[in-house]
Amino acid sequence: MATRVLLGAIKKRTVSFPAFPGPSIYRHGSTLVVVEHEGGVIKPPSLSALAAATCLPDPDSSVSVLLAGSGSSLHQAASHAASCHPSISKVLVADSDKLKNPLAEPWAKLVHLVQQSGGYSHIIAAANSFGKNVMPRVAALLDVSPITDVTGISDSNTFVRPIYAGNALCTVRYTGANPCILTIRSTSFPVPQKSVDSKSNEASISQVDLSTFDEDLSKSRYISQTSQDNERPDLGNARVVVTGGRALKSAENFKLIEEIAKRLGGAVGATRAAVDAGFVPNDLQVGQTGKIVAPELYMAFGVSGAIQHLAGMRDSKVIVAVNNDADAPIFQIADYGLVGDLFEVIPKLLEKLPEKK
Amino acid sequence: MKIMVAIKRVVDYAVKIRVKPDKTGVVTQNVKMSMNPFCEIALEEALRIREAGLASEVVAVSMGSSHSVDTLRTGLAMGADRGIHVEYSASLYPLSVAKILRKLIEIEKPGLLILGKQAIDDDCNQTGQMIAGLLNWPQATFASKVVLDKEKQVATVDREVDDGIETVCLNLPAVITTDLRLNQPRYATLPNIMKAKSKPIKKFTPEELNVEIKSDLEIVQVTEPPKRKAGVIVSSVDELFDKLKHEANVI
Repeated sequence: MATRVLLGAIKKRTVSFPAFPGPSIYRHGSTLVVVEHEGGVIKPPSLSALAAATCLPDPDSSVSVLLAGSGSSLHQAASHAASCHPSISKVLVADSDKLKNPLAEPWAKLVHLVQQSGGYSHIIAAANSFGKNVMPRVAALLDVSPITDVTGISDSNTFVRPIYAGNALCTVRYTGANPCILTIRSTSFPVPQKSVDSKSNEASISQVDLSTFDEDLSKSRYISQTSQDNERPDLGNARVVVTGGRALKSAENFKLIEEIAKRLGGAVGATRAAVDAGFVPNDLQVGQTGKIVAPELYMAFGVSGAIQHLAGMRDSKVIVAVNNDADAPIFQIADYGLVGDLFEVIPKLLEKLPEKK
Repeated sequence: MKIMVAIKRVVDYAVKIRVKPDKTGVVTQNVKMSMNPFCEIALEEALRIREAGLASEVVAVSMGSSHSVDTLRTGLAMGADRGIHVEYSASLYPLSVAKILRKLIEIEKPGLLILGKQAIDDDCNQTGQMIAGLLNWPQATFASKVVLDKEKQVATVDREVDDGIETVCLNLPAVITTDLRLNQPRYATLPNIMKAKSKPIKKFTPEELNVEIKSDLEIVQVTEPPKRKAGVIVSSVDELFDKLKHEANVI
């Protein structure tokens, strides 16, 4: 119970950033946040990692940001990072072709290199596919245990993380040497809508000295990435998520889910069954092994509510379930349940929902 | 080429777990245990590579209490050639598991190490990445497709990443961790379960492997997640729409 109260307090604090006047003393060696960028801006999960870094309850801690890649978008992203948050004191830029792609080998070496010169007490990244891939490798290079998918920060060494598909919360204390390596669950560290007067205290931008960065790139090579064309909002950050399960029966029928999502301005999600059946691509899977979401409104159509699926959406604010099986486990966590045939319910719902322009 | 597969014994994925009243952990006594689903997929992939003639032997490794041997037997019944059991009764964190694996790899010298992407109990998603880091081997996590080229000694792997599929190419030896869509694991047949009883399982302890188990993490407490308040069952679409609009204010 105490943890829960504490957690609540932490969550609240994240939402309303204290308006720090900016770090007056730069303490060498504090928190390093490893961020990803795209199109000249910091990606939303990395912004959550920054929000988590500012939750570490060390009054004179300062936050450094590390970003890497090459080209003009890197430098644009660096200036975005510099004015992201008042408690960021330093932006480190690693400009190298070797870091253009998110390969774990060069990235882990880079973070290791930066840690050796910076002596940080904490290194934080988002628990997305990038952070999960890179940070444990970094931890091994530094001979420390990482803590993944952190949902709450109690103090600078004590963290809360879900285990057993979110059916238990584990509070762990890190007792090892510096750095303490964390990946954080983005939905637990919301990014404030507008950061406080950012222009007045821009952080300094400096280049990482890569003269000793000798990562041999022959061991792994990036070939390609096929991403789904998605005009819908990003699943991880959407305000509304509409999910379909196996009961949709076909990819064609899944368009009904997409239509509801479109009209609500939301993102489309899916269960493992729907992905395995080929209705939608894998990157829409919500659950223990897919994406974790916590939207304002989560609507589940034809989703039974297996433990593994609930792990990915149980922290949603309002959960709506439509299923023809009144005993489906999803009804146990739904705020509003409707027992009925989704092929009858969805058209009626669409009638009520106005077309979005 | 030899393939090593690491498998873990965990509480069965379908079990609704209970938190111990003293908050020290989760009840595992008298609870159904099984092979971690991702480990099954890892083993299946190794077996398919061997069956395609690209590997000569599949070695399954498990660590933990003496019960882990049951899980190893399941792996042998699926088709692994032999097993290695590293006995340790207390809980092992991924860093220790990775260090033990490093020693076993020095002994066995496999050309490929396959693991599940995460164990469904601790949900860490770390071990594969850590062992790759310790060995300075390349890694391909969250694999949904693996193509081996024996001639060039490379593995081309499709990875499930946040916004689609990423393809990487690794020089062997390498570490691969499996995602759910890599394959459909086979069932062990009764004759194979019988045969598995005579397959060899080598035993080690961390001391014999000269691995010091020290932990830099301690569990303060394990608690239940906050309960959601009971919901309501509405009778019609109209009522649902009305509630969402006027009660929950979400549309």
